[in-house]
Amino acid sequence: MDMRFISVLVGMTLVTYIPRMLPAMGLYRVNLPGWCLKFLDYIPVAVLSALLFPSIMMPNGRLNISITNPYLIASIPTVISAYFSRNLFIPVIVGIISYVAFTFLGLGLFLLD
Amino acid sequence: MLKQMELKRDYGGMRSAIPVVIGYIPIGFAYGVLGAANGLTVMEVVSLSLFVYAGSAQFIAINLLSTGVDIVTIVSTIFIVNLRHLLYSTSLSSYMKKIEHHHIPLLSFFITDETYAVSVTDFQNGRKPDSAYFYQLFLTSYTAWVISSLAGALSERLLMTSGLNWGLDYALPAMYIALLFMQLVGIKKFIVAAFSGALSIALIYLIPGNFNVIIAALSGAFMGVMLEKWI
Repeated sequence: MDMRFISVLVGMTLVTYIPRMLPAMGLYRVNLPGWCLKFLDYIPVAVLSALLFPSIMMPNGRLNISITNPYLIASIPTVISAYFSRNLFIPVIVGIISYVAFTFLGLGLFLLD
Repeated sequence: MLKQMELKRDYGGMRSAIPVVIGYIPIGFAYGVLGAANGLTVMEVVSLSLFVYAGSAQFIAINLLSTGVDIVTIVSTIFIVNLRHLLYSTSLSSYMKKIEHHHIPLLSFFITDETYAVSVTDFQNGRKPDSAYFYQLFLTSYTAWVISSLAGALSERLLMTSGLNWGLDYALPAMYIALLFMQLVGIKKFIVAAFSGALSIALIYLIPGNFNVIIAALSGAFMGVMLEKWI
């Protein structure tokens, strides 16, 4: 464990524990206005897409929206299975299998070329 | 009859932990595999489970750690992701008031999406809050999470030494897609997701550093609030 990891670990521990503890201790009453609750409701969707889009469209740090990007192509069956199953495991399995398949296919096309 | 009832040990907390444990085993395992696949040591993978104990925050941390994002950005991103715990903690405070006060600092560490949902349901169905119930539910769930993430991290080593392409590079994006679609209900959330994702990419080009995720996420959530007003 290096210093960077330890700093992240300590920071994450504090920012996760404090919001769990303060209201239960009666030290902090959450009486948030409606717009604030709505804001919190949108946070997970917003964070997940902000992480997802670059990870599938810029796999090597450069935007690649074409069939040569196996991350992007594998996302098509993954999204379809996620939409219909609405669970965690089926899309992950479908995604990994498609990614492996498209990587091999891409390699094959590359060799033919 | 009453005497017998009193003598019988109450394992209600343990029983309520069963669905949580069934949910945590595969997710904890997946987290362990992904953490190790993204360059964390087994110790690092397990220490996040031990000290942070928040699934989605841990998945996000793996990604941010492996892409070399700075510490302040990682911690602030995790902070906003975990703000929802304020709501759970507030809601549980009315039940935790009924147990001895000195248990609360420790017990509140174990509040997660799942343990919150299960315990609130039990209380709403008339269960009396006591410290034994909380400890049973919380410690059983926590143990399942920590052990399954350890098992995942150790298994990743086995998968990797086989030298095959197991597609683990894609496991994290696939997990984001799955988590995202579990949240995507209604057109407004779709709009917010598309907006935050596109903005996140645009910001990588527009501004230096790794502020794209946090700025895109906050702007997206703000847009959601605005959409609620307009639509």
